Formats: sequence, C-alpha cells, structure tokens
Amino acid sequence: MSKARANPFSSIAVHVALLTYTLIALFPVFVILINSFKTRKAIFRDPLALPDADTFTLIGYQTVMKQGDFFQYFQNSMIVTVATLFFVLLFGAMAAFALAEYRFKGNMIMGLYLALGIMIPIRIGTVAILEMMVSSGLVNTLWALILVYTAQGLPLAVFILSEFMRQVSDDLKNAGRIDGLSEYTIFFRLVLPLVRPAMATVAVFNMIPIWNDLWFPLILAPAEETKTLTLGSQVFIGQFVTDWNAVLSALSMAILPVMILYVIFSRQLIRGITSGAVK
Amino acid sequence: MKRPRIKWHIVVFLAPAVLVYTAIMIFPLFNTLRLALYTEVDQVRHFVGLENFRTLFGNPHWSGQFWNALGNNMWFFFIHMIVQNPIGIALAAILSHPRLRFAALYRTAIFVPTILSFVIVGFAWKLILSPIWGITPDMLKAVGLHWLFAPYLGKEEYALTTLSLISVWQFVGIPMMLIYAALLAIPEEVLEAGEVDGITGFSAFWKIKLPLILPSIGIISILTFVANFNAFDLIYTTQGALAGPAFSTDILGTFMYRTFFGFQLQLGDPHMGSAIASGMFGIILIGVCIYLFGIQTRLRRYQF
Repeated sequence: MSKARANPFSSIAVHVALLTYTLIALFPVFVILINSFKTRKAIFRDPLALPDADTFTLIGYQTVMKQGDFFQYFQNSMIVTVATLFFVLLFGAMAAFALAEYRFKGNMIMGLYLALGIMIPIRIGTVAILEMMVSSGLVNTLWALILVYTAQGLPLAVFILSEFMRQVSDDLKNAGRIDGLSEYTIFFRLVLPLVRPAMATVAVFNMIPIWNDLWFPLILAPAEETKTLTLGSQVFIGQFVTDWNAVLSALSMAILPVMILYVIFSRQLIRGITSGAVK
Repeated sequence: MKRPRIKWHIVVFLAPAVLVYTAIMIFPLFNTLRLALYTEVDQVRHFVGLENFRTLFGNPHWSGQFWNALGNNMWFFFIHMIVQNPIGIALAAILSHPRLRFAALYRTAIFVPTILSFVIVGFAWKLILSPIWGITPDMLKAVGLHWLFAPYLGKEEYALTTLSLISVWQFVGIPMMLIYAALLAIPEEVLEAGEVDGITGFSAFWKIKLPLILPSIGIISILTFVANFNAFDLIYTTQGALAGPAFSTDILGTFMYRTFFGFQLQLGDPHMGSAIASGMFGIILIGVCIYLFGIQTRLRRYQF
C-alpha cells in the first residue's frame, strides 16, 4: 500500500469534500421540510431555524388537506406505478425469455427492434399518442398512463432480463423438459424465480421515473380524478403560489412517498446501477 | 402427432411485449413523423408535404423560436457536460477510495436529489433562490458575497444557466454511480503495477483510471444528451410554458409543448408540433449515431 492511500490529511480532506457535497445535496430538502412546520412569520424571519414551540404550526398541511385531494393523487400514482411495473415485468420477462432461450428466424432483428426504444424517448411520439388516446376514449383514464409507461419501460426491461436469462443453466431447463414440463411451466416455475434479483433491479429503475413524470399526466390525464401526485402537486402549488405554508407543506408531502420508497429500495437501486445492469 | 410448424409458445411469449411496444411507442413515433406532413384547414386534414418544415425554418416568427430553443438546449447540454460529469467523476473517484468510512452513507445521501421529481426540485430551488425569501441573499451575506446575489431565475442572462445548474444538482448522482461502478471494476493488480512504477495518487487517477473509465464517460454523455434534448419538466415547473423571462429558457421540449398543446391565447397545432417533434427526433438520432459510430467504436475497451 502506498503512503498516498493511507495519508490521514488526505483522508480528512476527503471527508470534508464529501460532507460539503452531501450538504449541498440535502440542503434544499431540509429547508423545505423544516419550514413546512413553521408559521408564515417564522418562515420569513429566520428560514434556517428549526421549528420551536412558538413557531410550530400545521396550518400549511391543513390547507393542503382541505384544498387538494392528495390522497386521490397518491392513490392514482400508486395504481399507475404498480400496474405498470406488473406489465413491464411480466411482458418484459416473457419476451426476454423468448429471445434468450429459443433460436428462431428473426431473433436478432427482434432483439434490435425492441432495443431501439432504449435510446429513442417515447415523448417524441406524444402528438400521435394523444390522438390515439383521444380516439380510443382512453384519455383522462389511468389506463392511458399505464400503457404509455409500459411501452416506455419494456425495451430496457427486455434488454436487462435477457442478459440475465442467458445465464440460467440449460441443464435445469432440459431436466424440466425431460420431466414433461411445458415451456410455460419452465418459464414461470423454473426461470422466473431465478431471475428475481434482475426483476427487482428493473422494477426499481422503472419506478422512480414513472412516479416523477409530469409530461404524460399533464397531456394524457389532466382531469381531477386522474391526476398523479406529481401533476397534482404541480397544479396545487401553481394555484397557491402566495400561500407559502401550503406550498411548503405540499412539497413536503410530495417528497415523503419518494423518500420512503428510496429508503426501502436504495440498496437495490444502487446495487442495480453499480452491478453494470445498465451497460 | 406431428409437431406444428410454428412454435406457438415463442409467439405467445413475444406477443404482449411486441404488441404494446409497437402500438404505443413505434407506431405513434412514425405517425408523428407522418403528421408533420399534414395541416388542418376547417377541421379537415390536408397533405401538404414539407410545408410545415418550410414554415418552421423559413418563417422568421417560427424559425426564430426554433433556433432560440435549439441554442438554449445546446447551452443546457454544454453546462451538463462541463459541470455534471466532472463533479460526478470527482465524487466517484473519492468514493472509490479504498477503506473510506461511511462511503455507503455518502453515496445514498448524494443520490437523494436524483430520485425527487422535477416538480419538487423546481419549486424548492425557486423558493430558495427567490428574492422574497431571504435564504440566498442571507447566506451570501454571511460569507461576504452579498454583491453576487441577483434574482437568478428572473434575469434573462442568468436564468438558463441557473436552471442548467439546478438540473446538474439533481442528476449528478447518475454519473457518480456509473463511474463509481467502473472504478470498482478496475482490478487491484493494475493499480499495484502502477504503484511499483511509482504512479500513485493523482497521477494514478489521470494515467491509469481515467483511460479505463472512458467508455463509461461515453455512455454517460449520450444518456445526458438524450435526456437533455427531450427535457421539459424542470423548465415548465419553474418558468411555465412560456419559458420566461422572454423565452430565454425555452428549450425544444417546452417549444414543442407550447406549439402542439397551445397556451393562453394561442391554439394548439398538432401538425406544427409534429414537425418540431420530428426535428427533435432527428437531433437525437444524429447524436446517438455520432456516439455509436464515431465515439464508441474508437474507445478502447479493456477486458480484465
């Protein structure tokens, strides 16, 4: 080991640098959260102080609860995210299995065709998507969002899952075939359980962009009953710009669910990224 | 029993994904390119060939907006490349330091902004930078830099750069993670061999690690490019569909939204919107092709 790698001074400098950046990363979130619990006066007098007995208030949250239907928005976001993940994982794994397992004419081309969507953003086709959703009557339904996000998530899901499915041992599958299992049983009973870690990675990768998307909810489902949490908070904050308590509380309430998801899944997410699944 | 010629299970496995992907993604993509060749008069759709593109590039009112949005988008991308990637690489290099304590904690914390939505990030920074709420001026005063303060999001000359930096702040976690993974993949023997030759510390980073992570930097660059050229949410959240002040933060995403969806008094025009979308498609395609054929093939990959 070299001296450079064990030098205590450089290790202090390293921690100072990392701490500084961590503060920069967390500061805005911290400021929003603490001020959401403070009175309007305290928000302006001393923005960086923690709420104390004098300045503590929940008025912002009360306004949010009264004026915005945040439970409805949350429920919509939840339905869209969970349903999309289900379809992306099921359809993606099925297609990945077909591509990884069977040799057939056009396998290569099919793989390339599905991979196209990794690089081309689906937003480019928005005009035609909206037209299609309007003519099929799906506009302002959660199905419109679920379909779009499923199509958007499939390319990367197929790509990652087929890489993993190629590693599943052939002997296992052939043993199943000798025992007379159908191809469907082999897929659902033997292969799927083995690629669960890869499925979790795909799920985590898809979850956050879907939850946070503003573009498609704004265009395809802006009705009050189908607003997602992201769109709902955007509209709410736009209307209450001058009510700082309400704005800060709405922001905090939008931060909360993502933070909970992140705390639960951060290890999976970071492992997924660092294991090279996205290369 | 004769085996059927078509293996139905392959069809069954492939069909749902291919159908959804084709119907919702590929078909609308080409349909959008096709719609760019039409226009609507009295609610009847007419084929007009390249007329919309002639308007977009020939009519000064349209072409001015288009080049403005494209130029702003280039600047947006440029700021990401010169700020986000170096910071990401630096953080990853520090984090990959062996025997660093609390590395996982730092990594998790620095990644937090990346998981937040543009709505949260946009409004949070809008409040923090707001001249009404004294946070930024007070903090600058505390370090004696009060003269640096300006309403950053309200001034034409600063707004776009400020928004780019906010976006950098949000997404720095992605290059950090990808580079971190690439750095961990460098085998210890390579670094030890360098040490034997007296290459340590900074020079080890420049001479050994950096050349080895170039492919990852290439991937990050193309991911950033694609993300930047269809960005929309952050600008829309902070500056609205008009991308103020005076269109100084207008990028292709907001321009397309305004055109096809309409705003305030202007009616939406799906056909002009499609023409802009086709332009964006072309730009992204060119970028991806430059990466795939011009950059990726020239980067040397090392197998350990």
